[in-house]
Amino acid sequence: MEALQASLIELIRRTSAEIPDDVQRVILASLAQEKQGTIAESALKIIEQNIELARRKSQPICQDTGTILFYVDCPVGFDQIAFADTAREAVRQATRKGYLRQNSVDSLTDKNDGTNVGPGAPTFHFHQHRADEVSVRLMLKGGGCENVGAQYALPLERLQADRDLDGCRKVILDAVHQAQGKGCGPGVLGVCIGGDRATGYEHSKTQLLRKLDDRNPNPVLDELERKVLTTANELGIGPMGFGGRTTLLGVKVGAINRLPASYYVSVSYMCWAFRRHGIVLDPAHGIAGWLY
Amino acid sequence: MIQLTFPFSEASIRALKVGDAVEISGVLFTGRDAVHKYLFKGGELPPGVSFQDGIIYHCGPVVIRDEDGRWRVMAAGPTTSAREEPYQGEIIRRFGVRGVIGKGGMGDRTLAACREHGCVYLHAIGGAAQVLAERIKAVRNVHLLEQFGSPEAIWELEVDRFPAVVTMDSHGGSLHQEVLAASAAALQERL
Repeated sequence: MEALQASLIELIRRTSAEIPDDVQRVILASLAQEKQGTIAESALKIIEQNIELARRKSQPICQDTGTILFYVDCPVGFDQIAFADTAREAVRQATRKGYLRQNSVDSLTDKNDGTNVGPGAPTFHFHQHRADEVSVRLMLKGGGCENVGAQYALPLERLQADRDLDGCRKVILDAVHQAQGKGCGPGVLGVCIGGDRATGYEHSKTQLLRKLDDRNPNPVLDELERKVLTTANELGIGPMGFGGRTTLLGVKVGAINRLPASYYVSVSYMCWAFRRHGIVLDPAHGIAGWLY
Repeated sequence: MIQLTFPFSEASIRALKVGDAVEISGVLFTGRDAVHKYLFKGGELPPGVSFQDGIIYHCGPVVIRDEDGRWRVMAAGPTTSAREEPYQGEIIRRFGVRGVIGKGGMGDRTLAACREHGCVYLHAIGGAAQVLAERIKAVRNVHLLEQFGSPEAIWELEVDRFPAVVTMDSHGGSLHQEVLAASAAALQERL
């Protein structure tokens, strides 16, 4: 388990310090589009400098190193208990090294023991597949952007949002408007149509594992993603809510079945400091390759 | 670029307008959720700490301790300020605060306190924890660390040319109100 622990510490370090290429490309493109001399442009310039500096110094892009979410794809028979134990130790060590902030608080006593390990922390999502490969994706999702996430139950009279795709479009745009600059925009939306209150939010987060430049294989959702992205960037909220042309960097929408009585639209907002990376493990649990 | 140096005079703060870019030098005190609630409920600042003519920074930094016992700030960007809205106005008045640094802006009660008392809201770039940490030259002290834990403690930071933008001034101006209203109108047309 020593090799696995080292691999996971490196995954945590890189996720905390290095923005994935697919995200950085979109940030750079948005910088070129902002009006010169505006505070929106200067905000994006500082963001760009920050990305470079964090990478060079191998230090957290953002001080809020967020909720620690592991997504593990593994073969049948993989020892998930041993993996989780090793990952918790990797989190403890990464915290001591300063890759992660002491970021986990007992909800009843308000005590922060400084380890980032406790009930529900870190979080694991295991998925079995019929292949030998083990891949580990890690998302570090800050609290500011998590706080502006929203879940809507349709129909919603306030927005005249019915139980259809146009109703979905309306509530997603409402979530963007409610967020303003509070979620550290320009952001990326992960959205789930359907599910229950728990699975809806969970599925919305897994949409954020998709690369920003991918296309939704479902043409209906693909069109919705594009429409919401274009419209959101016409609202003038801009980077940090300063006003400007870049309000969102991307929109990813998935759909899962619902009950006849329920129609939820769950929106997870990811800040510009979009921290996710992934590794494929080799048989000795070293890092065979990177996923983003 | 406007330079502001600790201690911050009322006149220098009243001269600021929404949209002004500033750089701050001198001392900042971090304070976020736990500190605001504590002070609002009647808690006192630890001995030797004064916010008079000072700036509160909504920030929970990543700080590690060197082997020789020195604190080192690894990352230090702003946290979302809106959560302090129930407390901020009262704290500005009671402790003589001249500036609040954070992100995302604050509401009407804070804006009113800024106008009455001569205080501004300064927006730092959220997530830019490395660029901002570079401007922190030293940790002078830390207070309430045991009680609140590292992110929620009061860190007394020495800064040099710390960059921010005035988004709420002492004349009732708020960029956040402007953008909220304009974007609401734009959204209405597109629903």
